[in-house]
Amino acid sequence: MRIRWRSPIRGPWLTSVLGLVLLCTLPVVIVTGLLDWIAYGPRFGQAIPADVGGLHLPVFDWPTRPAWLFRLTQGLHVGLGIVLVPVVLAKLWSVIPKLFTALPRNPLKALERLSLVLLVGGILFEIVTGLLNIQYDYVFGFSFYAAHYVGAWVFVAGFVLHVALKLPAMVRGLRSRSLRAELRTPLAGTRPEPPGELVAPEPDPPTMSRRGALAVVGGGALLLAGLTVGQSVDALRPTALLLPRGRTAPGEFPVNRTFVASGIAPAAIGEAWRLDLGAVRLTRAELAALPQHTADLPIACVEGWSTEQTWTGVRLRDLAALAGVPQPGSAVVESVEAGPFARATLTSAQVLDPDSLLALRVNGADLSADHGFPARVIVPALPGVHCTKWVRAIGFRT
Amino acid sequence: MRAAGALGCLALGAYAATILVRDPTLWPSIPWMLVWFAGALLLHDLVLFPLYAAADRVLRMLPATPVPLVNHVRLPLLGAGLTLLVYLPGIVRQGEPTAIAATGLGQEPHLARWLWLVAAMAAVSALVWVVRVTTRSAAGG
Repeated sequence: MRIRWRSPIRGPWLTSVLGLVLLCTLPVVIVTGLLDWIAYGPRFGQAIPADVGGLHLPVFDWPTRPAWLFRLTQGLHVGLGIVLVPVVLAKLWSVIPKLFTALPRNPLKALERLSLVLLVGGILFEIVTGLLNIQYDYVFGFSFYAAHYVGAWVFVAGFVLHVALKLPAMVRGLRSRSLRAELRTPLAGTRPEPPGELVAPEPDPPTMSRRGALAVVGGGALLLAGLTVGQSVDALRPTALLLPRGRTAPGEFPVNRTFVASGIAPAAIGEAWRLDLGAVRLTRAELAALPQHTADLPIACVEGWSTEQTWTGVRLRDLAALAGVPQPGSAVVESVEAGPFARATLTSAQVLDPDSLLALRVNGADLSADHGFPARVIVPALPGVHCTKWVRAIGFRT
Repeated sequence: MRAAGALGCLALGAYAATILVRDPTLWPSIPWMLVWFAGALLLHDLVLFPLYAAADRVLRMLPATPVPLVNHVRLPLLGAGLTLLVYLPGIVRQGEPTAIAATGLGQEPHLARWLWLVAAMAAVSALVWVVRVTTRSAAGG
């Protein structure tokens, strides 16, 4: 099958420029993703997937400061991941002629070519599962967390080999023409690269200069950035036109899992509700009578969105003292809700941080049922899913 | 040396896959994960790429004008295609029940918003073309 490749701008230089961009940015996406696995608390078996052998960053207790840490790492992971989609697609476009060349006879070269399945399959799998997850579309049916984590390491395997093999070629490609000169070259001056790999032998006349092509890719990335940043920045929220977190009910801030979806019976959070601290059980009125503390804290979720609100409630360390464990080694928070995220274990530092609260009110008003009435946990830098809503009990452990 | 590198990386990939084996509840999903992995690859290489290569070919049939139309049609199309790909689940409202359970809001506005976005991109592109044509003819072109 003889395919006539037509683009006059396809060639090693363009591929190298796109490759350099991905080389600099994809490690950020990978590292933030791996950090967020740690944020879930592998020490307590809360990371998902729980057993990953040795394939994780060195484990440490996720800190509580800065309070925006998880907001940053997960916001960056998702945001940069989305923004890089046009760059990835452009890079694939720039090398696609190689897909249609025969497999080399040399077994080593054939193996290297087959490793591209890990590279290209891996990145596409991560993009597809990631985009579906943040838009709540679980059409794939399998566990997102497990698939996305494994897919990341499969990609890393292909990525490391690819960079090792192609770095010299990338450097040669970048040196083959000056970026500054290309940025000054208009359409009229656009010529094909010297004959070689990826260069079409009989290209069509150019309709776009190389600087134009790079501008288009950059423009696509900027467009997606503009449509995504709003899910993490309260002031810009309406600009996230096409994402679930670009809209809120009037006067509301974003919710993750509504009261209706939790399956909790309304009576369970009514007058009969008690907070069980082991040594003592408190009504909501008794909790409200305790010294209250107010803190501005962001809450961030694994889908990459976040919001900052003003929370008021009882300090967790005050509750620990009340329960007779003023210096807990850990705490297990349980929800009225039953389900995979119905309990969360907090570290000592997370309990003792002065801004870690059992919140009763947000923005000056009682929590709504959707936001976890009668009480929810809010801890600085903790993934939102572990800021348990509809809290039923907190067990402070020594 | 190169062989060791290639084999090492493939070994890393295989080791990553064993994560799925460590959790028996994941075993039934493994075939589906492989299908999606291969599917994404094949869909991009054999469907998506040929589609936009063909669409780009069609652009060349645009009438020749003093200021070429090609990029003024190409860019809004690229913008439309990119946003449609990235935000497709919300636009076609697939998974809406899960979205409602999570956020309390439906996905009904997304299609209209996307269409307006595409219309805006097309309008800006058309405007720029008109400006280019008028400045060109004003310059005596």
